[in-house]
Amino acid sequence: MKLQFNQDDEIFRREIASWLEENLSGEFAPLKFRGGPGDEHMFPEERKRWEQRLAEGGWTCVGWPKQYGGRGLTIEQQVIFYEEYARAGAPGRMGHIGDGLAGPTIIAFGSDEQKARYLPGILSGREFWCQGYSEPGAGSDLANVKTKARFDEAAGKWLISGQKVWTSLAHESDYCFVIARTDPDSQAHKGLGFFLVKMDQPGITVRPIEQITGTSEFNEVFFDDAECGAEDIVGAPGDGWKVAMGLLGYERGVSTLGQQMAFQNEFDEVVALARDNGAAKQPAIRQRIAQAHIGLKLMRYNSMRMLSGDKGDGSLQREALIYKLYWATWHRELGELAMDILGPEADILAAPPYELNRLQSLFLFTRSDTIYGGTNEIQRNIIAERGLGMPREKRW
Amino acid sequence: MDFAFTDEQQMIRDSAETFLKATSTSAAVRAAMSTELGYDAELWQRLCGELYWQAIHIPETYGGLGLSYVEVVALFEQMGRFLLCAPYFSTVALATNALLCAGSEAQKADYLGRICAGSTATLAFTRSRDWSVEGVSADFQRRGDEVVLNGEYRYVIDGHSAEFLILAAREQGCDQPSGIRLFVVTAEQAGLERQVLPTMDQTRRQANISLNNLCVPASAELEHGDWQALEKTLQLATIALAAEQAGAMQQLLDMTVAYTQERHQFNRPIASFQAIKHKAADMMLRSEVARSAIYYAACTADTALGDGNAFGADLAEAASIAKSWCSESCFSNAAEALQMHGGVGFTWEYDVHLYFKRAKASEHLLGDSSWHRENIAAMLLD
Repeated sequence: MKLQFNQDDEIFRREIASWLEENLSGEFAPLKFRGGPGDEHMFPEERKRWEQRLAEGGWTCVGWPKQYGGRGLTIEQQVIFYEEYARAGAPGRMGHIGDGLAGPTIIAFGSDEQKARYLPGILSGREFWCQGYSEPGAGSDLANVKTKARFDEAAGKWLISGQKVWTSLAHESDYCFVIARTDPDSQAHKGLGFFLVKMDQPGITVRPIEQITGTSEFNEVFFDDAECGAEDIVGAPGDGWKVAMGLLGYERGVSTLGQQMAFQNEFDEVVALARDNGAAKQPAIRQRIAQAHIGLKLMRYNSMRMLSGDKGDGSLQREALIYKLYWATWHRELGELAMDILGPEADILAAPPYELNRLQSLFLFTRSDTIYGGTNEIQRNIIAERGLGMPREKRW
Repeated sequence: MDFAFTDEQQMIRDSAETFLKATSTSAAVRAAMSTELGYDAELWQRLCGELYWQAIHIPETYGGLGLSYVEVVALFEQMGRFLLCAPYFSTVALATNALLCAGSEAQKADYLGRICAGSTATLAFTRSRDWSVEGVSADFQRRGDEVVLNGEYRYVIDGHSAEFLILAAREQGCDQPSGIRLFVVTAEQAGLERQVLPTMDQTRRQANISLNNLCVPASAELEHGDWQALEKTLQLATIALAAEQAGAMQQLLDMTVAYTQERHQFNRPIASFQAIKHKAADMMLRSEVARSAIYYAACTADTALGDGNAFGADLAEAASIAKSWCSESCFSNAAEALQMHGGVGFTWEYDVHLYFKRAKASEHLLGDSSWHRENIAAMLLD
């Protein structure tokens, strides 16, 4: 067991840090610390150009194998990349769903044709992806997907109909990966397909959802006989659940350490505020600030353990099972702490009609953390059932 | 970076698990806790003679195994898990660390050699709930070639039975931490009285120690035994205690999951109720995070022990993080375990109460969660 990074890794750290410092300037300077959760709707065009700048430097898809155009970084170097990225305040990644989810899935389960067609656009920072999983009737019960895909023999295409919801950045995306029911008589996780669907077509309508923040980064996406080529199903009809679940392993990957560095930036802001306004003198606030600091450090140690034990196959270990519940709860509490440090000032907006400052936005947006991607309650079911072998919930 | 046990570390952890599972059984713990000594002297001899655990991180120069603090923590985790009753925490986490941090070469050779040979020892420094060096509750005066100590200590772990003691005292008339010095003394001598304290947690003995003009030679003063050495010793011991707590947390979780799978009500195992599953999930979360905390702290401790100059804020922070998380979490796991055991959790017969009581006692020893959080707050905010 050792904590230190080796010398090559430290050289790598300086390389990425200086690249970021050099490039986060000029037209990209205003993007610093922007576009994170709660701010994802901001500067989309500029952030897309930033993705292309990253690509020019070879800094997209850093964890992909070299044979697919990735940088093939070791786990340690990926950790360093995400840490330095967040430390530098580089903007929220417009490309993260393609880079972190769609790409790895296509690499793992896609055909050679799909790899050739879709990976280059992700690598170059020119094509953006969104995720079509949740539906009005399929939230926690994700397998209860009602969106249907039927194969039109005459046209040689899949036609997709139904509704997806909570789709981040759908309005900014070129493609969506969609789970839809290929067997209309099937139930739950059987009979699903995993489709790669072009967003710009008459069969798709995107409608933004106005959130409690007054802003919109989530959307509803309506599919009305949206077309998807016969070659654009990943795996066979009926494999959709397996492919979708294969993705979950990647979602808990190394990018968590970058997320933590972003949390560190938020936490530092909260500490600075408490010092400025004198709240840091109150014993109860001191305790909560210390608890938040402890919680964030432990989040990092958890990730380090998780990554050190990572078998590289996306399989989940015990310490990985707790990760979502842990960080989501921590982040939500940070939002509450920020408001309690602000005191009555927490209620006063930056500007009318509804312009939130960063901490207000943090407070409101973090309520979604414990809901999306598996609510805290679902997480506890998963931990108890998969981690502890307790009986599964009965299906009604 | 590799934040996982090496094969050797895993082997040590596994052999500790096997040994303690067989020897520190419920019956053995109950037998030991009903004796005045508080532990089974024969088992202690086996730990020392066969396994040589008391020498685990004593450098080879002094006759020890010279292993790292990661191995130390791995052992404490298993000891906490099986509620081992033994003077191990006092001898290894307190006295050995104090000697490593404060002893001269000759003092280390002498006293660490005794520990390697199976002697027991402990550290006495406070009588209040102030677990910092400020809490030092005895004083000393130099008189020629002798030093005279006076004062009283409370909460001295295994203080009634340790063969020698490390005492912290403040030079008379000096209120500053700079007046603090450490002394090593044998327990049986005039001027030193010890009295075992009856404790709610019967798996660990505590004592009162009174010094009434205890006269020791000047050579008893540990050469590097200043307040910083005391502080570092306490931080290292805090990490060991947190490791015990983490081990207990895992055992509480395992016991509880097993019990709820067996116990049927309403024609189903109670483990099938979400109210139970969600509590168990939270227990697992606390337990896994505890493990991350102690392993990280172990690595930090190892660096601090290896490099005399580099133990400042890192060790203090890692120790406070580990103890603040593990203290509250271990008690929460114990409390939830008791609740989920229902009525039988309230009986003397089931082992839950042993863990429950140990959890509360360990929570307070060497500082509770809020005490350690305030340490962290001071680092961040002051």
